Amino acid sequence: MAISLKVNGATRSVDAEPDTPLLYVLRNDLELNGAKYGCALTQCGACTVLVNGAARRSCVTPVGSIGDNEVTTLEGLGTLDKLHPLQKAFIDEQAAQCGYCISGMIMTAADLLKRNPQPREAEVKAALADNLCRCGTHNRIIRAVLRAAQNMGGN
Amino acid sequence: MNAPHLTRREFIATLGGIVLSFSLVPTVGLGQNPARLPGSLETNRTLDAWLRINADGSVTVFTGKVELGQGIVTALAQIAAEELDVPLARINMISGDTGRTPNEGQTAGSQSIEQSGTALRMAGAEVRAMLIDLAATKLGVAANSLKVTDGVISAPDGRKVGYGELAAQADLKREASAKVPPKPAAQHRIVGKSVPRIDIPAKVTGGAAFVQDLRLPGMLHGRIVRPPRYGARLDSFDEATVKAMPGVIAVVRDGSFLGVVARREEQAINARLVLMEFAKWSGGSDLPDPAKMYEQLMSLRIEDRVISEKDAPVPAGAKMIEATYHRPYQAHAAIAPSCALAEFKDGKLTVWTHSQGVFPLRATMAKALGMRPRDIRCIHAEGAGCYGHNGADDVAFDAAMLARAVNGRPVRLQWMRDEEFKWEPYGPAMTMQVKGAVAGGRVVDWTFDVWSQSHNMRPGDPDGINLLGSWYLADAKRPGPARHAPQPNGAGDRNAITLYDFPRQRTTHHLIMDNPVRTSALRTLGAYANVFAIESFIDELAAAAGIDPLAFRLAHIKDERERAVIEAVARAAAWKPGEKGDGRRGRGIGYARYKTVATYTAVIAEVEVNRTTGVVKVPRIWVAADAGQIINPDGLTNQIEGGVIQSMSWTLHEHVRFDRNGILAEDWMNYPILTMPDAPRVETVLINRPNERALGAGEAAQGPTAAAIANAFAAATGQRIRELPLTPERVKVALASPLVGKPLNTVRYPVDAASDFGEQGR
Repeated sequence: MAISLKVNGATRSVDAEPDTPLLYVLRNDLELNGAKYGCALTQCGACTVLVNGAARRSCVTPVGSIGDNEVTTLEGLGTLDKLHPLQKAFIDEQAAQCGYCISGMIMTAADLLKRNPQPREAEVKAALADNLCRCGTHNRIIRAVLRAAQNMGGN
Repeated sequence: MNAPHLTRREFIATLGGIVLSFSLVPTVGLGQNPARLPGSLETNRTLDAWLRINADGSVTVFTGKVELGQGIVTALAQIAAEELDVPLARINMISGDTGRTPNEGQTAGSQSIEQSGTALRMAGAEVRAMLIDLAATKLGVAANSLKVTDGVISAPDGRKVGYGELAAQADLKREASAKVPPKPAAQHRIVGKSVPRIDIPAKVTGGAAFVQDLRLPGMLHGRIVRPPRYGARLDSFDEATVKAMPGVIAVVRDGSFLGVVARREEQAINARLVLMEFAKWSGGSDLPDPAKMYEQLMSLRIEDRVISEKDAPVPAGAKMIEATYHRPYQAHAAIAPSCALAEFKDGKLTVWTHSQGVFPLRATMAKALGMRPRDIRCIHAEGAGCYGHNGADDVAFDAAMLARAVNGRPVRLQWMRDEEFKWEPYGPAMTMQVKGAVAGGRVVDWTFDVWSQSHNMRPGDPDGINLLGSWYLADAKRPGPARHAPQPNGAGDRNAITLYDFPRQRTTHHLIMDNPVRTSALRTLGAYANVFAIESFIDELAAAAGIDPLAFRLAHIKDERERAVIEAVARAAAWKPGEKGDGRRGRGIGYARYKTVATYTAVIAEVEVNRTTGVVKVPRIWVAADAGQIINPDGLTNQIEGGVIQSMSWTLHEHVRFDRNGILAEDWMNYPILTMPDAPRVETVLINRPNERALGAGEAAQGPTAAAIANAFAAATGQRIRELPLTPERVKVALASPLVGKPLNTVRYPVDAASDFGEQGR
C-alpha cells in the first residue's frame, strides 16, 4: 500500500506494507545509504536514524508507525558540500576504519548533542554504548563527537 | 637484448556502458628466464597493468589490493602520486577487479604496502622517467635538465609540457624494468604525510561506499536458508507456501542448498523465515565437547613439523618451568553481515563482492559453478571490515547461485546476522605448550609446541573448493585440505618461533588436519595466540629468574630496532623497573615482531581487576611501533590503535559458544565485543625509519596487546590466566584457586629421563 512519510525534509510516498521495517524502505525505496543493516535486533546501532530528532533503530521501526513524524538520515544531516559539524569532525579526526558503523555513530551523537550540547567524554561513551564498532576506532569516534560539540559552541 | 616477447591479450568488458580494452598478462617466450621484479611487479609485469596516464593529465592507478577499512587505497595513491610527481587529486584508483586490475592474490597478511606499494613505487619511477625522456625529445633539451612539478615538466628556459600531452606517446604496454631508482626518502612530499583517507567523506555523508549500497536496475533480493548444523542434509521443505508469498520470484534448491529470491528485501527475509520453519533436515556432524575441546582437538589427525631448532648444552642447576595456554575459536564478527550482488546474463556472470581476493574467488567460483573463469568477472566493492576470511566469498557464491536461477536479473544478497555468526570460518582454537629453563638470569632452554586447525581455507586452493554453499549442492564439492605454510609467514605457527636469542630451542607446529569446526584466516592467523603464549611465558620465566620483565626481555635481544620499540614503550609508560601490582591494579608488557620479519610492536597495558565481580578493565594502553618507512602516519596510528582495541576485545570477551549439536553464537548478546564505555586510552609512539622497507601494520599489535593484558593481570593479582578470554568467570576461579597461577613442573636440570620433560626426547 502507499505510505507517505517525511524524510530529510521532503514528503515521499512508498509502496510498502506498513509492517516493513523503516530500514528497508529508506535503503531500497528511497535509495538512501546512510542507515545500515547490521543485526536487525537493535543490538549494534548501524541502522540508527532520527525520528523527530530522537535516535531510533530503523531495523525494528515499522514504516507504518512513522506517520507525520520527521525522519532524518545521515544524508539529511549534511552533504559533502555542506557538512554537518559532526560529519566534518569525523573527517577531521579521520574517525573511521571500515566506516560501516559510522552513520549510526553520527546519528546517535546528533541526538546526544541536541540533549546535551557539551557532553563530557564519559557521557559520549555512555551515549554510544549500544553502537558497536568492530575496527577499534572507538577513541577517534569519541574525539570526533567532542570536537563537533566544541565546534557547535554548545548551541 | 633478448627481450621477452609480449603479446597483448585483449579483454573486453563493459561496466556502466564504458568499454574497456587493455593488456593484462604478458606472455613470456619459452625458455626465457625473466628477471625477478620487485613486489607484485613480479607477477604483473607490464607497466600499464599498474598505471595509465590520461590525456587530461590525470593518472589511473590499478591495484589488485582492496580497501578493507585499513586505508590501503589512500596509501597506495600516495605512493603513486609521490613517484610520478602528480597531485593526489589527479590520481584515480581502481582496485580489485578481475576485468581490470593486476592479480595480487589476497589482500591479507599486512602485505599490501610491500607487494602493491613496491610495484607502484617502481612502476611510478619508471613511468616518470619515460615521460621525462619524451619531454626531452619534444623540447629538444637534455632529460637531466628537466624538472617535474605536479605532473608538468619544465625546461630551464621556462617551456613546459604536461603529462597529459605526452600520454599518447608513452608506451606503457611493455614490461617494467624496475631499473629506475625511486625517490630517496628525503625528497618525499606526499609519502610520509598524514593524507586524509579518500574513502571517508562518502562514508560520513551517505555516499555509495559499500557493496551493500549498490543498486542495479531490476535488482531482486535473495536470502539463504542454512542447515541447523554443519553437514546436515535437506530432506524436505514447503515450496508451495513460500512460492505463494508476496513478492517471491524463485525458490532455489540444489541438494541441501536452499535460497529464495524476492522482489523486495523484507519479502525475501520473510520467505526465509517460512522456509526455515518448515524445512526438515537430517544428519550433520557433531562438534567437540566444549568442556574438553582442547584435548579432543589434540587427539585428531595431526601433521607435525619442527620449524626451528637450536642446540646448546643446558647448564646444570637450571630451573625449568612449563605451562599450557589456550585460545578459543574466535569470530571475525564483522559489523555488516556479508553481502554480494550477482548478475547472470548471456552465460556470463558478474559478481560485486567484498572478497579479499577477487582472482582466487573467480577461479574457485568457476570450478564450483562449472563455468570458465573468463566468463566470470569479480569486482571488488567494500564491505564492513572483515579482519580476514569471513563470509565474503561464500556470499558471493550464494548470490551467483540465486542469480543463475533468475537469469538476467541481478540479485543482491546480504546474509542475516545469525547466519554470519554461525557459518563464517572462525579463527581456530589453539593450544600452546611451553617449557623453558633459566640459569644465571638467562633462558637456557625453550620448547614451544602449538596445536591448531588450518588458518587458511580461503578460495584459491588447488585441491578443493572453499566455498560454503558448494558443499551442500547435490553435486557436493569438498573443501581443500589443511596445509602447512612456510616460515616466516607460517599460519598456525605464525610467530611461533621465539624472537629472543636463546641458545637452545625447539618449536613444533602440530597441524590439526580435521575440521570439526569451520576455520580459516582471522587477522594475524596464529600470531595472536602464539605471541600471547610466548610473551606470557617470558614473564613467567622472568619471575622464575627474579628479574624485571622488561629488563629480562632486553637481556635477550640484540637487534637495535627490537630494543628501540621496547625502550620507547617503556619511556612512554614511564615503566619502573620491578614495579608491582597492588592486588587490583597492575601493568604488563608484550612484544613481538610480526611474522618474525615485519613490524616491531611493544605494548604496555594497565589493568584494573574487580575481585568481586571478576571484571577486568583496561583503562590505559601504551604502544610503540616500527613499521619501517611510514607512508601515512595517521593511517598507521589508526591501524595500530585499531589492532590494540580489537585485540583487547578478543582477549577480554570473545569466544564462540557451541555445544555438541551446533554453534550457539548468533548475535551480539551471545558473542559480545568491547563497547564504547570500555575503550582504553591508547597512547601510540611511531618510530619512523625513512630508509627502511615500508611494512604493513594491521596485524602487528594484536599479539603483544593480548600478552600485555595477561601479564598486567598477573602483575595485578599474582595469579596467571592462561586460557583466553579473561572472562569474569575465569578471573573469579583464578582468584579463588592459588594453584591456578603457578607454572607446572618446576624441576632442576639435569632432568630424569622418565619425567614429563624428558619424554619430549630432548
